[in-house]
Amino acid sequence: MTLLRVSDLTIQDRLGTALVDGVSLSVDRGEILGLVGESGSGKTLACRAMMRLLPGEGLTIRGGEIRLNGADVLTYGEKQMMAVRGREIGMIFQNPASHLNPVMTIGRQIAEGRRRHFGASRREARQHAIELLRQVGIPDPASRVDNYPHEFSGGMRQRAMIAVALACEPKLLIADEPTTALDVTVQMQVLHLLRDLRDRLGLAVILITHDLGVVAQTCDRIAVMYAGRLCETGGKREVLGAPLHPYTRGLIECQPSSDGGAGRMITIQGQPPLAQRFPAGCRFHPRCGSATAECASVQPEMRVEPGADSHAAACHHAASVVNRGMVHGH
Amino acid sequence: MHRYRFVLWRPFQLLPVLFGISVLVFVMVRSIPGDPARILLGVRSTPQAIARIRAQYGLDEPLWLQYFYFVRNLLQGEMGKSIIYRVDTLKLIDSRIQPTIFLVLGSVLLAVLIAVPLATGAARYRGRLADHAIRLISTIGLGLPAFWLGIMVILLFSISLHWFPVSGYGSDWAERLHHLFLPCLTVALALSAVLTRNLRASLLMELQNDYVTAARARGLSENHIFWRHVMPNSLIPTINLLAVNIGWLIGGTVVIESVFAIPGLGQLLVKAIISRDYMVVQGVVLVFALATVAVNLLADLLTVALDPRVKL
Repeated sequence: MTLLRVSDLTIQDRLGTALVDGVSLSVDRGEILGLVGESGSGKTLACRAMMRLLPGEGLTIRGGEIRLNGADVLTYGEKQMMAVRGREIGMIFQNPASHLNPVMTIGRQIAEGRRRHFGASRREARQHAIELLRQVGIPDPASRVDNYPHEFSGGMRQRAMIAVALACEPKLLIADEPTTALDVTVQMQVLHLLRDLRDRLGLAVILITHDLGVVAQTCDRIAVMYAGRLCETGGKREVLGAPLHPYTRGLIECQPSSDGGAGRMITIQGQPPLAQRFPAGCRFHPRCGSATAECASVQPEMRVEPGADSHAAACHHAASVVNRGMVHGH
Repeated sequence: MHRYRFVLWRPFQLLPVLFGISVLVFVMVRSIPGDPARILLGVRSTPQAIARIRAQYGLDEPLWLQYFYFVRNLLQGEMGKSIIYRVDTLKLIDSRIQPTIFLVLGSVLLAVLIAVPLATGAARYRGRLADHAIRLISTIGLGLPAFWLGIMVILLFSISLHWFPVSGYGSDWAERLHHLFLPCLTVALALSAVLTRNLRASLLMELQNDYVTAARARGLSENHIFWRHVMPNSLIPTINLLAVNIGWLIGGTVVIESVFAIPGLGQLLVKAIISRDYMVVQGVVLVFALATVAVNLLADLLTVALDPRVKL
């Protein structure tokens, strides 16, 4: 059952550049959607729009719909939005050290949301905070609840931030690169925790990441973004196993192979374009080996792959799977 | 509680500071031209009479011996007899310290009561008319000298409006409060200008922080975020600025007590300097130094209480 459906979301900056351009996504209950893309591809921006918390001034949502349980949150007033934030959609961030208030105890930060959305008493909220810390795997939660963020390690801080989000019992958790700042072993633990929470609570998760390895381990479905536009969506197996878009293919080939490889890293040639200089046509065409004249002039629409019920890509040559697009370099 | 342990050893660390100040004051006060005995006895005094007074107060001893006596007396809880008042300086200070304490405390309280709402308004309505007005007023406030502001305040509230007495210090509490209000206001206006600007900048910086975004993402109200998250973080640097300014303010009481004729330590100090009353000058300056040091210790305590990351 669809929990959140974003259609044709467009976000512009002050100059009128569409940093997010016509993006459509959906997340079901209990599903983990991986939102993949390079820095600046608009994935964080798109998710902030779902909470109507766009970072920076001058950014505006220009069009589209964000339907949460069928109701368009873009029509909500600020008061209604405050009831959505935390309660319906929770968010955790890349850098837990800076997203936790350094002078407030972990327990109070967890309790705040509980008190705000559930009207819990100080005491109830504290008990609940201890219980949540236990759930996210903090040892000795009854005494840790009174610690400050700097007394936690990096991985524990991320767990604490997850507990802060869970306190309001959201249906959807947006996890913005939650493991990027963590050690590899701790990364695994946090991803396990997210999957475990999905299984136990039926939580839907949007996992923003640039790491396909994380996606492969954790997600059910994948959406790939490039330069503000969606390139490809589909089930994890389809997208990773039979990518339709040259960019997705490039990302997959960029992953360092686990057998050590021959010492050469495969990369996608060139740089992603700056927002002010998005090329006409397909935004990926200057870096794409299979680009044609059509790619340079006509923007490709998302098309569902024949035979696959939800695997779609925005590429003129999606059907003709070619492998010439990638340039093998250093 | 180990974070507060510095309170125990900090006073011992400050002993060298106080020693240095005592030496400095001792030497400086004796370097001012003029002889206390001559000033006490007047221009027509005989050399014999002057010599007798000098001997009576130990002023004919070598400087190092005088300092030795000074320290020895201090350790016995005495500061030496005032030449003018003929009582021990400590007793003199005891009788004059109350108005100064209330002047300083009242000024700081009033300054905080002015600065916190103004800085809050400016930060929350950043770039709007309220912000510009508050910044303009505080810039003007920074430029006004205390003695001039004091006189203007007297002219307005005392001479024209008759709301407050021109000068002096009352005999009961209500009267004292009434008398101290204008001097406190004068100091507070200048002090609040500094505090407002600092706190506003601090608030704006904290508002940019990630934890504010995270708090919004939890659905907390802007009011809650501002007072529970942003304000405590912003107060940490402002408290240290306040401590520095209180130190400066303690010296500033000299001017304010003179303008408003308040019988406090500042006024005592001015009179003592004019009459070269060495013991009193030394005593008062030492008390001022001690107070400044104590205020800074208090600020450190507050910082440690507000910021769990700080270890001293």
